[in-house]
Amino acid sequence: MAQFTLDVNGKTHRVDADPDMPLLYALKNDIGLNNPQFGCGLAQCGACTVHLDGQPIRSCITPVSSIGNAKVVTLSGLGTPEKPHPLQTAYVEEQVTQCGYCINGWIMTAAAFLRDKKNPTEAEIKTALEGLKCRCGTHMNILRAVKRAATMMG
Amino acid sequence: MTTHQKPQSLSRRAVLMGGGAVVVSVGAPISLNTVLGVRSAYAQGAKPPLVPEQLSSYIAVGSDGAVSAFFGKMDMGQGLYVSIGQIVAEELDVPFKAVTVFMADTRTSVNQGGASGSTGIQTGGRQMRVAAAEARRVLLDMAAEKLALPADQLTVADGVVHAKSDASKKASYAELIGGRYFNVQLDWNKQIGNALYAPGKAKPKDVKDYKIVGQPIKRSDIAPKVFCQEPFVTDVKVPGMVHARMIRPPVAGATPVSIDEGSIRNIPGARVVREGDFLAVVADKEWDAVKAHSALKVQWSDAKPPFPSQDALYDHIRKAPVRKAVDEKPVGNVTEAFKTAARVIEAEYEWPFQSHACMGPACAVVEIKDGRVTCHTGSQKPHFVRDGLARTLDVLPANVDGIWVVGPGSYGRNDADDCAHDAAVLAKLTGKPVRLQYTREQGTGWDPKGPASIHKARAALDASNKVVAYDFLSKGFSRIDVQTNGSRPEDTLAGHFRGAALKVNDNFGVPAESYLFDNKRTAWETIAQFLERGSPLRGAHLRDPVGPQIHFASESFMDEVAHAIGADPVEFRIRYLKDPRDIAVIKAAAEKAGWQTRISPQKQSGNTVSGRGIAYSQRNGTTCAIVAEVDVDRRSGKIWARKFTVAHDCGLIVNPDGLQHTIEGNIIQGISRTLWEEVKFDNKSVTSVDWLTYPILDITEAPQTIDCVYINRPDRPATGAGEPSIRPVAAAIANAVFDATGVRMRRVPFSPDRVKGALA
Ligand code: FES
Ligand code: FES
Repeated sequence: MAQFTLDVNGKTHRVDADPDMPLLYALKNDIGLNNPQFGCGLAQCGACTVHLDGQPIRSCITPVSSIGNAKVVTLSGLGTPEKPHPLQTAYVEEQVTQCGYCINGWIMTAAAFLRDKKNPTEAEIKTALEGLKCRCGTHMNILRAVKRAATMMG
Repeated sequence: MTTHQKPQSLSRRAVLMGGGAVVVSVGAPISLNTVLGVRSAYAQGAKPPLVPEQLSSYIAVGSDGAVSAFFGKMDMGQGLYVSIGQIVAEELDVPFKAVTVFMADTRTSVNQGGASGSTGIQTGGRQMRVAAAEARRVLLDMAAEKLALPADQLTVADGVVHAKSDASKKASYAELIGGRYFNVQLDWNKQIGNALYAPGKAKPKDVKDYKIVGQPIKRSDIAPKVFCQEPFVTDVKVPGMVHARMIRPPVAGATPVSIDEGSIRNIPGARVVREGDFLAVVADKEWDAVKAHSALKVQWSDAKPPFPSQDALYDHIRKAPVRKAVDEKPVGNVTEAFKTAARVIEAEYEWPFQSHACMGPACAVVEIKDGRVTCHTGSQKPHFVRDGLARTLDVLPANVDGIWVVGPGSYGRNDADDCAHDAAVLAKLTGKPVRLQYTREQGTGWDPKGPASIHKARAALDASNKVVAYDFLSKGFSRIDVQTNGSRPEDTLAGHFRGAALKVNDNFGVPAESYLFDNKRTAWETIAQFLERGSPLRGAHLRDPVGPQIHFASESFMDEVAHAIGADPVEFRIRYLKDPRDIAVIKAAAEKAGWQTRISPQKQSGNTVSGRGIAYSQRNGTTCAIVAEVDVDRRSGKIWARKFTVAHDCGLIVNPDGLQHTIEGNIIQGISRTLWEEVKFDNKSVTSVDWLTYPILDITEAPQTIDCVYINRPDRPATGAGEPSIRPVAAAIANAVFDATGVRMRRVPFSPDRVKGALA
């Protein structure tokens, strides 16, 4: 066990944990966030995606000891009902989710992509999101929402 | 705002019902006829028992006039609660926003079957409609007494009853009953689950008077999800809970012989929990449970590997003794008709085991405290889970609460029911609240599977190419090796590993279509499981149980016959159909897709070839036709299912917005199951254990377009949309691939390797 100081959504948290413990468990159990989610623990699905210094990472395989001073932002840190991120707005507008368990992967990955890439083509959006899973099959909705957010951010 | 509420919101309901309640009468429910003489007894301050024959079990009006609807089914993310809110608001004549739907919680609703067979609106909505209509009738009667006017001179607008002749003579629902409960007996048919029906004396509205039903209304549960305001079942926390992981045998059928507890001694708080062959680890911290799960050393019994090699699967099915055979709809004499045939067309199709492979492995939290069992579950049938836990723990169902909290996806009898039972056993054995989440490997490897099958189709043609006989036979594993709900221990892994007496359950199905062949036989046969206790290949309901497999075969075969006689696939189907609804969907899909009448395949050169295919089927009153357009990369064998045109007739459309999302989800999952999904196994166990070994459709492979044509039939009951449109997808794709390449794919999935092999 060791003690770690984590900067999550702009707040500092102290966490006692095994250095090998993935960040996901700290976020869910020690800090008590509702999202991200455990989907595979294998970096294959995206359900656990958070931003580390603005880059999407899979928190299910990222040891808590590797975070250091980097800033962690989760879906709830991305925007709020009062100040939503365009992707959150677009998700609501396009009524994207079915179960909604997958949304961290799509929104956090797309948020970083749209920040860096203005007016992407549909093909570029698809490539940026390749490999993320949505078992309910909301693919069409996800693409509509990301395009809508791209327009909002464009 | 109409929203579906989670159990946490019970407090809100308590406030609604409690504040300022005037006790008019307290006591046992009384019959409606008695009530007619004692109008004030329509309402009472104390809640009548939660039983199917009580109006208060479905509808309540708060002191502010807000309406609560208590629904014994749940929404799997298709916006069903919106439609239920629409139906209730419509019948009660209140604004849509005044209704809150509470779902799938045994503390607030009776057992309406949970999510099951796309019946959310069909049977669930039917009950909520008659309950709301009865509530309106009763409220009108109460207003008549209060206003001293005959009920037939009253009308309702926005929850206010007023005289037709004088709108100032009025009484609001809130004034009439707000904060008290209905005490009105309904005429219950004594059934629970999907079949539950308990109407009152009121006649529901005429469809032509609908103002709210039929409107596109958006869901309000998306915002709480994107802003992380609502917990999933994986987020439920109970004070003092421990985290658990189940230990499954590496060879299916092996049992633990000895356990080396020393192997997890250095993991803080980790310990083994065992009861016979039921084996798990628990720890105070989740990560420690995860570590203990991988570190625990177990010596397993020397079980004989139960499975054949994957390659031998279909041969096994072909040769296996038949356990049950059902000839569902014989017409004429098929055997005799085949003897007269000028030509016989035959084909055989194969469909693999498929996994629910939910987005996350199942999770459940169970607490046993002061004689009450509380289970938070993602199961789509929490009322049945309550009954199952009562049996597993040997307590009364009345002492168990089954609370549905949205889980990581649900498409039938997935791993959620198993997880709830495992967690309950662990809570009992540890004496602590337990949060159990399965591993990814268990989520894909150990969930109940959609069964594998083969399908033989034959058609007899006379000299003029008329189909004189049709014979269709499915043979496969039962779709209910474990039953569709978790109400019995023997249908769960906990029951299997704890020695529950097992039952044999057989069911499969036949094509749902109305082709009028003079002689026709559609039949099925089931075979025994490879391993009857604790099998990772046990069969169960997976979205549209056995529908995709059967109609892949039957609708591919219709194209094969059309091809054999040189007919256009649309024209051929219509030739043998009479039902106007069947013909309407086929024509609508073809027309919208710009279907060109010709025979398949079309001649093309080059590496990428394109094709179109049609398929149609019915499901419990809903009819659906799909035109698929595909591109096939001949070199790589990769199929892009580029465009779908779906014509859909589910009777009365309650919410067009919800319908489109529901259909799109069906199509995407259907493409995924057709192109990619196959549970792999070796002779020891299932080897599809993650997303690499069980691939699904990627976003880069999503179609360009899914076009929907809705055929609204207000004169017909709403018959459900949750599954019908997944059914014809595989055949539509197979028929399009044939049109593109001239090659007939008869085995799912159409993975690139297999397509390349077929084209070679
Ligand atoms: S849970 Fe991290 S990628 Fe699947
Ligand atoms: S909405 Fe269920 S997995 Fe994406």
